[in-house]
Amino acid sequence: MTQVHTNAGLDSARTDFYRQLLRQMLLIRRFEEKAGEAYALGQIGGFCHLYIGQEAVAVGAIAALRDDDYVTSSYREHGHALARGMSSRSVMAELFGKATGCSKGKGGSMHLFDAELNFFGGHGIVGGQIPIAAGAAFAVKYRGGDQVSLCFFGEAAVNIGSFHETLNMASLWKLPAIFLVENNRYGMGTALERASAVADIAERATSYDMDAEVVDGMDVLATFEAMERAVHRARTDKTPTLLDVNTYRFVGHSMSDASHGTYRTLEEVEENKKNDPIGKLCARLLDDDLVTHKDIEEIDAEIIAEVEDAVAFAESSPEPEPEELFTDVYKD
Amino acid sequence: MPVLTYRDALNDALREEMERDPDVFLMGEEVAEYDGAYKVSRGLLEVFGDKRVVDTPITELGFAGLGVGAAMAGLRPVIEFMTFNFALLAIDQIVNNAAKMSYMSGGQFGVPIVFRGPSGAALQLASQHSQSFDSWYANVPGLKVVAPATPADAKGLLKASIRDNNPVIFLEGEMLYNTKGEVPDGDHVVPLGQAEAKREGSDVTLVCYSKSLIPTLKAADTLQNDSGISAEVVDIRTIRPLDTAMLVESVRKTNRCVIVEEGWPFSGIGAQLVDSIQQEAFDDLDAPLLRVTGADVPMPYNKKLERATKPTPQKVIDAVHRVTYTA
Repeated sequence: MTQVHTNAGLDSARTDFYRQLLRQMLLIRRFEEKAGEAYALGQIGGFCHLYIGQEAVAVGAIAALRDDDYVTSSYREHGHALARGMSSRSVMAELFGKATGCSKGKGGSMHLFDAELNFFGGHGIVGGQIPIAAGAAFAVKYRGGDQVSLCFFGEAAVNIGSFHETLNMASLWKLPAIFLVENNRYGMGTALERASAVADIAERATSYDMDAEVVDGMDVLATFEAMERAVHRARTDKTPTLLDVNTYRFVGHSMSDASHGTYRTLEEVEENKKNDPIGKLCARLLDDDLVTHKDIEEIDAEIIAEVEDAVAFAESSPEPEPEELFTDVYKD
Repeated sequence: MPVLTYRDALNDALREEMERDPDVFLMGEEVAEYDGAYKVSRGLLEVFGDKRVVDTPITELGFAGLGVGAAMAGLRPVIEFMTFNFALLAIDQIVNNAAKMSYMSGGQFGVPIVFRGPSGAALQLASQHSQSFDSWYANVPGLKVVAPATPADAKGLLKASIRDNNPVIFLEGEMLYNTKGEVPDGDHVVPLGQAEAKREGSDVTLVCYSKSLIPTLKAADTLQNDSGISAEVVDIRTIRPLDTAMLVESVRKTNRCVIVEEGWPFSGIGAQLVDSIQQEAFDDLDAPLLRVTGADVPMPYNKKLERATKPTPQKVIDAVHRVTYTA
């Protein structure tokens, strides 16, 4: 399936919206850079999967949602949480394992949740969140609502059973769900072509009679527009969509993984960095005189201050009380 | 009091809870048009329609996970596994998602869901369709595990399970569906976590649950009639949370205990019961705690071999003679 690029020129009436997209992508980039530093300092433990390079996917996709829609994600979900509107403070404090974190320090990097924002997590088993997102869509249909349920997962998840079982149910029952594949081309260190007999992921949708699109995930506006079409199908036509969103991770799979060397070359990484989604949006906005260099610098300065505040908040926040060990196992 | 089968008692519980709460729905293989593989859901499609009684493809992981998501979004799914043998395909969703969602979200998301279906040894169904996974689920914090033995408990515990705000594994005895018993009229709810003495006694405590209640009660009658041994039979009813207090109280009275279960012996439910009882009642014990379990083998097809794997009244009687030193 061929990828549809956005060719439309920018609309000056939407300058605030474009600036908001830029702001969110920059926030994720700076947040993740800081998280990487904090990990190196031992302030963040366990597994930590950074989102650097993929910012346009979370930001463009979530911008097409309403506040009452549902979002479910994988373990590389810091960006989705921030794009959904979770505060830098609550996410950073969670990475630091503090009581003020969104999950009270019990979830960590892979298990960010926010019930008020219908953010259904943060899931560590590849593909395990896909049926959960369909369940939210099922609940919408059950109640006769018009929300949609968006599920993020990586391209390596398309070979696991939960993907196929869920797409079948979602199409069979016409659930208002959007299955967004963040195709960064590598499942850890295994290239898509080395793992998938059919490497054209959108083609998988034909097995389930589902609409699909291939999207340039390094282009935040292309991602937003494809999502708007998918949201319309879900909200109005009550049908699901599979989006194959092409992106690239500029950093390693997790903190223990070098960004290149064994499974991909430095040249490949450098080549893809030329396609930086933040740089690309900045260039378009500058070309159309919708922002100035000074505007971008100001936004970046604000973001850096926000992220530094989040780190200071996380550092100064208390650890969970020892009694917290045994709370939240069961609900009353 | 009306006499119902275990199957119809479960059907009543589902019907009443679905009438009571529009957020309750039933989903699984063959639950709707086929009326349920074991007919537990008979007639529910007609009453509630296909929105609330939902036939699924054969896709256990998929519909178990879908149920978890629906529960997070505020519904109260009852997910039927045609048998718990097939639930192994869904165990990632049960353990990693249903059980842990509350904890790993810092208490933000509950998962009020019931996973139910037939479980335990059946008749000549061989290795893959005749087994108990009770201890697998009971091992997991965040799950509750319920295993009723009588029609009254089946109804009352299922109603409590559907109303519970946590994921509940509800194990129905595959061989119990046709058994009959009195079921109280009205909104009969049995709270989770409460054992019940199904027979009072003073010389030995026999602990059991689900189908193992049947050979245990038979053994207790025989012991009384043939040997004058008075056995108290305690049905734990809920495996997790376990009513340790009642077990300990009974053992303090009888000073001897035999645990009867259908599952495999190694790391089985009985092993946990032994630990829970000895911690609290060690000084009250006059004999080692003994267990009567299923044999430590995959289930054979041959009828005689199959019978040899299961707890029988005679195996229980033999164990009681050992702990009462009357062999």
